[in-house]
Amino acid sequence: MNPLLMELWPYFLMVLVGYLPNEVWRVFGLVLARGLNEDSQVVVWSRAVATAILAGVIAKLILFSTGALAAIPLSVRVIAAVFGFLVFLGARRSVFAGVLAGEIALLAGGFLFSH
Amino acid sequence: MPAMSAPVAFSSPSAAFFAGAKTAVTSVFMLVLAGTYIGIGALTHDFGLSSWWLAISTVLVWAAPAQVILITTVTTGAALFEIALAVTLSAVRLFPMVVALMPVLRGPTTRLRDLLLPTHFTAVSMWVESLRLLPSIEHQWRIPFCNGMSAGYMATAAVFGFVGFYLAAGLPPLLAGGLLFLTPMSFLMSTARNARMMLDKLGLVLGLLIGPLLTILDVNLDLMWTGLIGGTLAYLVHRIREATT
Repeated sequence: MNPLLMELWPYFLMVLVGYLPNEVWRVFGLVLARGLNEDSQVVVWSRAVATAILAGVIAKLILFSTGALAAIPLSVRVIAAVFGFLVFLGARRSVFAGVLAGEIALLAGGFLFSH
Repeated sequence: MPAMSAPVAFSSPSAAFFAGAKTAVTSVFMLVLAGTYIGIGALTHDFGLSSWWLAISTVLVWAAPAQVILITTVTTGAALFEIALAVTLSAVRLFPMVVALMPVLRGPTTRLRDLLLPTHFTAVSMWVESLRLLPSIEHQWRIPFCNGMSAGYMATAAVFGFVGFYLAAGLPPLLAGGLLFLTPMSFLMSTARNARMMLDKLGLVLGLLIGPLLTILDVNLDLMWTGLIGGTLAYLVHRIREATT
C-alpha cells in the first residue's frame, strides 16, 4: 500500500466501522422519536446486550491487558479491580472513590510485585 | 430548587451557548470525563494510533464505549464486520436517550435541522445534565444552552485525550500501566452505577464472565457473542421475573 493510504487507513476505518455504526442510532432516535418508548421490549433487550458487550470489553482490558499494564501481574490487576469495586460499593457508589482506590491498589501492588 | 422559580432566560443565543459551556466545565462530569479520556488517550498510545486520530474520533464518534472498542480492535486485525457490529451494539443505548431528549428540546418553532447538533452531541454526560437543567430554562434558549454544554464536554474530553496520550508516552511503565487501568475501572463503575434494574446488573455480570471465557476458548467474534448470549440471558431472566411478580 502507498504511504499516504497507509496513513489515512485508520481514519477511513474510524468513519466506516466507528462513526457510522455509532451515529445511526442517534439518527434513528431523531427520526423515530415518536415511535418507540424506553420500555419497549426491543429497547430493553438491546440495552442488556449493550451492557454485556461493554462488560466483556472491561473484563478483557483487565484480564488480557496489553502494553504497560501487562507488566503488572494478573493477580494484582484482579485484586485491585475487586478492591476498587468494593470501595465503590462502600462509598455509596462513588465512581471517583472506587477508581482512586483501585488505582492506589494497582500501583502499590505493581510497585511491589512487578517483573 | 431551580424548577420552582421563573424559567431562566438569556439575552441572545450566544449568551445561552456560553452559559451552557460554563455549566459543563463546572459540573461533576468534568472529573469523570477527564479520567475516562486520560485513560482512553493512554490506550490509544498503547495500540499505536495517533493522538489526532483520537481527537477526531472524540468529535465524530463521541461515545467512550464505542471509541474503546474501536481502539482495541482496529489495529489488531479483527474482522471489520465484527468491529462495526460491536460498535453498533454498544451504541444502541443512544437511541432511547435521543428519543427521551427530543421532546425537552423541541419547541413550537423548532426546525428539524436545529435538532441535528444536539442529536450528534447525545451521550451519557450531556443527557443526564440536559434532563436535569433544561426544564428550568425558557424553551427558545434550550437548544443553544444544550449545544454550549455539549461542546464544553466534548472539548474537555478531546483535551484530556491528548493529556493521556502524551502522559502514557512519557511516564515510567508502572504509572503508564495505572493510566491504562483507568478505562476499565471507570467503565466498570459508571456502568454499575447506572445499573438500577436487575436486567442491567445481570447483563454486566454475565458480560464480565462470558467475555473472558470466549477469549480463552478462542471463539471468533467473541464480543458479539458475549453481548448476544449475556444480554439475551439477562433479558430472559428479567422477563421471567416480571411474569412471576
